[in-house]
Amino acid sequence: MALSREQVAMRVAQELKDGYYVNLGIGIPTLVANYVPAGIEVMLQSENGLLGMGPYPTEAEIDADMINAGKETVTAIKGAAIFSSAESFAMIRGGHVDLTVLGAFEVDQNGNIASWMIPGKLVKGMGGAMDLVAGAQNIVVTMTHADKYGASKLLDACTLPLTGVGCVKKIVTDLAVLEVKDGAFHLLERAPGVSIEEIQQKTAGKLVIKGEVPEMVFA
Amino acid sequence: MAGFNKVVHSYDEAMAGLENGMTVIAGGFGLCGIPEGLIAQIKKMGTRDLTVVSNNCGVDGFGLGVLLEDRQIKKMVASYVGENALFEKQLLSGELEVELTPQGTLAEKIRAGGAGIPAFFTATGFGTPVAEGKETREINGRNYVLEPAITGDFAIVRAWKADRYGNLVFRHTAMNFNPMVATAGKITVAEVEEIVEPGELEPSQIHTPGIYVQRVIQAKFEKRIERRMVRQG
Repeated sequence: MALSREQVAMRVAQELKDGYYVNLGIGIPTLVANYVPAGIEVMLQSENGLLGMGPYPTEAEIDADMINAGKETVTAIKGAAIFSSAESFAMIRGGHVDLTVLGAFEVDQNGNIASWMIPGKLVKGMGGAMDLVAGAQNIVVTMTHADKYGASKLLDACTLPLTGVGCVKKIVTDLAVLEVKDGAFHLLERAPGVSIEEIQQKTAGKLVIKGEVPEMVFA
Repeated sequence: MAGFNKVVHSYDEAMAGLENGMTVIAGGFGLCGIPEGLIAQIKKMGTRDLTVVSNNCGVDGFGLGVLLEDRQIKKMVASYVGENALFEKQLLSGELEVELTPQGTLAEKIRAGGAGIPAFFTATGFGTPVAEGKETREINGRNYVLEPAITGDFAIVRAWKADRYGNLVFRHTAMNFNPMVATAGKITVAEVEEIVEPGELEPSQIHTPGIYVQRVIQAKFEKRIERRMVRQG
C-alpha cells in the first residue's frame, strides 16, 4: 500500500546521520523532524537565518521575531545560532549543509528537479529552493510517485521549468525509494505491499531494477 | 541631524528625499523584521513608480502589500510573492513587473551591492529560467551564472536597538535580510525599537556598524504574525 505522508517522513528520517546539519523544506520534509532516530543528534537549519531550530512554541513562548522559513512561529534549541540571510546562504551555497529534503513537482532520470513554477498558473517564486539544490551535498526529494490522475512524476526529462540541474540523488515517494545515477532511476526499496509492476507502471523515466527489491522497514 | 547624531524624530524626516522612480530595498522576511512605519510613510507620501527589492511583498493590507493599494510599485524584485492576492492581480494584469530571484542570490546581490562588488558567479539557477540572458562560465568543471549586485536609492531596515551613531543590533530571526539591506542604500534608514546611549551596545556584538546608516527613528511595532503555530506545553 502507498505510504502516508508520515510514513514517507519516517523513511526519509532513516537517511539522517548523527551530526548532520539538515535543511527541511515545507510540507512532508517538515514532518521528518518528528522522526529523528533515537541516539542520533541532528541540527536543523532554517534558511531565514537559524541553525538549531526547535519545535513550535507554547502559547507563552510565542515571539513574532522568532520564525522559520515557512514564516511559522518557532523556537530555537539551546546552542542555536541566528544570523543574516547572506550568512545563511553562505552555509547552503558553500556546501556546509549535509542534507536537504524538499518536495518537487517532477524529477527526471538525470537528477533534474522542477519544483517552483507551473506556467499558466500563478508563479509564486522559488524562495530558497534553487540555492538549496545548487549547494547541498545530499538532496532527498519527497513526493508522490504519480499525480492524482496517475501520471508519473519520475520522468525521462522534466517538462516544467527547472529548479536545478543534475542535483537530485535520492527520491522517497509513497511507493518507493530510488537512487538517481547514470541517467536512470535505480529502485532500492518498495513500500510494504507495493508491487514492482505498480512502480514500473508509474515510473515514466528509465527504471533499473536489480535482483530482489526489499520492502521498506519501519522501526 | 548634526555630526554623527543620526536620530530623527519624524517619519517625514526619516524618508525625506524619496522621489518617484527610485529604488527602495527593504529588510524583512515575510512580515518578520519589516520596517512597518517607514513603509507606512512611503504609502502616505504617495511616491510612485518605485522599484522595490525585498524577499517578499508583505500581505494584503500589511507590510509592503500596502504600497500595492495605490499602485506605487512599478517593479518588485523578490524570491517569493505567494502571500498576496493584490500582487497576483496586478501581476496578471501587467501593471506590476516582477523579477523573481533565488533567495540566496538576492541576499548576496544586496550584500555585494553594499560591499562594492559589481557582480558575482553562483551555481544557483544554472540551467533554469533564472539564468536566461545572463553570462555563464565554467569554473573548475562546474557551471555558474553571473549575477549583478543591487544597490538602492533608499534602504529601509528594522532593528532592535540602535545608538545615535547608527550602530544596530537585530533581534532573533527579525535579523534576516536587514544587515545586508542596511549596507546597500545611498540613504539607509533604520526604524528601531529602542535607542540607547553610545557605549551601551557591546562593540563586538554590533551587527551593523553605524557607517552604513544615515538615519535612525524610534518606533513601536505591531509585529504581526503570519503563521501562528503553537504546541501544547
